[in-house]
Amino acid sequence: MAKRIDISGLSAFYGSHKAIEDISMTVEPRSVTAFIGPSGCGKSTFLRTLNRMHEVTPGGRVEGKVMLDDENLYAREVDPVAVRRTVGMVFQRPNPFPTMSIFDNVAAGLRLNGSYKKTELNAVVERSLRGANLWNEVKDRLNKPGSGLSGGQQQRLCIARAIAVEPDVLLMDEPCSALDPISTLAIEDLIGELKERFTIVIVTHNMQQAARVSDRTAFFNLSAVGQPGRLIEIDETERIFSNPSVQATEDYISGRFG
Amino acid sequence: MSHAPVRDVRAGAPAPRRGNTLSRRGLPRWAQPALALVSVALGCGIGLAAGWESRVQWGLVAALLFVAVSYTTTSIVENRRQARDRLATSVVWVCFVLAVLPLLSLIWVTVSRGMKALDGYFLTHSMAGVPGFETGGGVYHALVGTLEQVGLATLISVPVGLLTAVYLVEYGKGNLARAVTFFVDVMTGIPSIVAGLFILSIMLMAGWSPSGFMGSLALTILMIPVVVRSTEEMLKLVPNELREASLALGVPKWRTITKVVIPTAVGGISTGVMLAVARIAGETAPIMLLVFGSQLINANPFEGAQSSLPFYIWEQYRVGSEASYDRAWAAALVLIAFVMILNLVARGIARWKAPKTGR
Repeated sequence: MAKRIDISGLSAFYGSHKAIEDISMTVEPRSVTAFIGPSGCGKSTFLRTLNRMHEVTPGGRVEGKVMLDDENLYAREVDPVAVRRTVGMVFQRPNPFPTMSIFDNVAAGLRLNGSYKKTELNAVVERSLRGANLWNEVKDRLNKPGSGLSGGQQQRLCIARAIAVEPDVLLMDEPCSALDPISTLAIEDLIGELKERFTIVIVTHNMQQAARVSDRTAFFNLSAVGQPGRLIEIDETERIFSNPSVQATEDYISGRFG
Repeated sequence: MSHAPVRDVRAGAPAPRRGNTLSRRGLPRWAQPALALVSVALGCGIGLAAGWESRVQWGLVAALLFVAVSYTTTSIVENRRQARDRLATSVVWVCFVLAVLPLLSLIWVTVSRGMKALDGYFLTHSMAGVPGFETGGGVYHALVGTLEQVGLATLISVPVGLLTAVYLVEYGKGNLARAVTFFVDVMTGIPSIVAGLFILSIMLMAGWSPSGFMGSLALTILMIPVVVRSTEEMLKLVPNELREASLALGVPKWRTITKVVIPTAVGGISTGVMLAVARIAGETAPIMLLVFGSQLINANPFEGAQSSLPFYIWEQYRVGSEASYDRAWAAALVLIAFVMILNLVARGIARWKAPKTGR
């Protein structure tokens, strides 16, 4: 459970366009690491390289090393499908499977990866929905379609679906940007609980959110449009927001940027 | 805790009076249908007065009158923008009626003439021993032939077409995919007689004899491109987020396709397949070349000549007697009903399998 990620010299490309360049950092286990930075600086791209989802995009290519504990995710013999089972992901827009019920959505990861006993599935689904603070709201309508839930509930459903396969790391790509403040609060509380068991990486545009939920914060920036994004600074969240060591970080956080 | 209904203190205050108002003079809601009635009456009146024989002329005059009258009335009573809106609306209505009329007339004629010979006996007997110019006989052998030939063609082309579409949407890139797309497009335009001749040449070279299955092979050539095209469009409509959500759960790509992508699109795919079935169910040329046609019941599609509904219609029409004309119309009705039932089944599947949106 909860593994440490060591990234060294990582660059990602879309075709011939370099989206991020030479990123090296460490993500601590059982903690929340937040990525902040302006749009287009490669936060999401970088996040997607951490579970090999970047290469799903046509033309997507990665150079460098991502060590999950002592395994390089980009080693030749590593199976991307196995990587994605270990490193789960929650997307910006809630995307429950429209043909499946709430139960089937949560069970999808297990069921699509092999056969499971009904009783076992029941237990996993309940545990995951409880873990995502959704159980009480949906326990009476588990066989109703997942797309009938509200946006915030759908996003928690997606989190339940992601944690049902028991990953070691959970990547969240702006999980609250489509949600209202109350749903956002529910998910932030949830992140606080989940970090006891998982390593969490969250991309956010909301600086207050980064300050509220994360232990460490990484600031990304790009020197100009069309240039690759770079890691500017990573430190304890408190230091980043109170006394960053790079001027660009301070400018961005205080709103003096661009 | 209960609240008294909140009342905005500004509500109910007198509205400020300004020069312009938002309301305008308008025609009542019944104006459009009334104008349509008036135009039809005028059209009939003019037709009668001029002594035109053709009802089509009456209708065209009425349609033109309707467009003109609704435009002028609206531009007099309301304003020019409304008039142009009304003009567009009435043109759309006229086009709709023009498009639907032939269809209704076709169904009407087929039903009214087809019902004469259509009964239980007709559906359960063949033409064995019935001279073409006499009454009696039935369509059973042709129905069996159509069901088997179309069924076999569907069995072959749906897997091939579905897999091709999956390849094009999910895997294909580069020259091979482009070539496949190009040839599928070319295949869509193949005339059925060419498909029939192609299979005929293979049949002659290989020394096989005519059978329902040979017909199925020709129908397959016609059906595959339609299935590929429609399935491809449906698969493209599946949001990429669903694929990514599934992949991010550690689901292999092939399972993502079979368990997430195809189920999401299955409603549209089944509609596309049914349209393709409807297309090939009406083909006559390959059947003439490859199945030969028969008066007898032959339930084995792999051996011996068979008949099929379109072939039967053509055959009966060629005989040219009163009784055979009735049989041809009845068979046409059976063919239309066959396609319609298939369509309803496909609609049912589509509704049953469609992504659920309700609560």
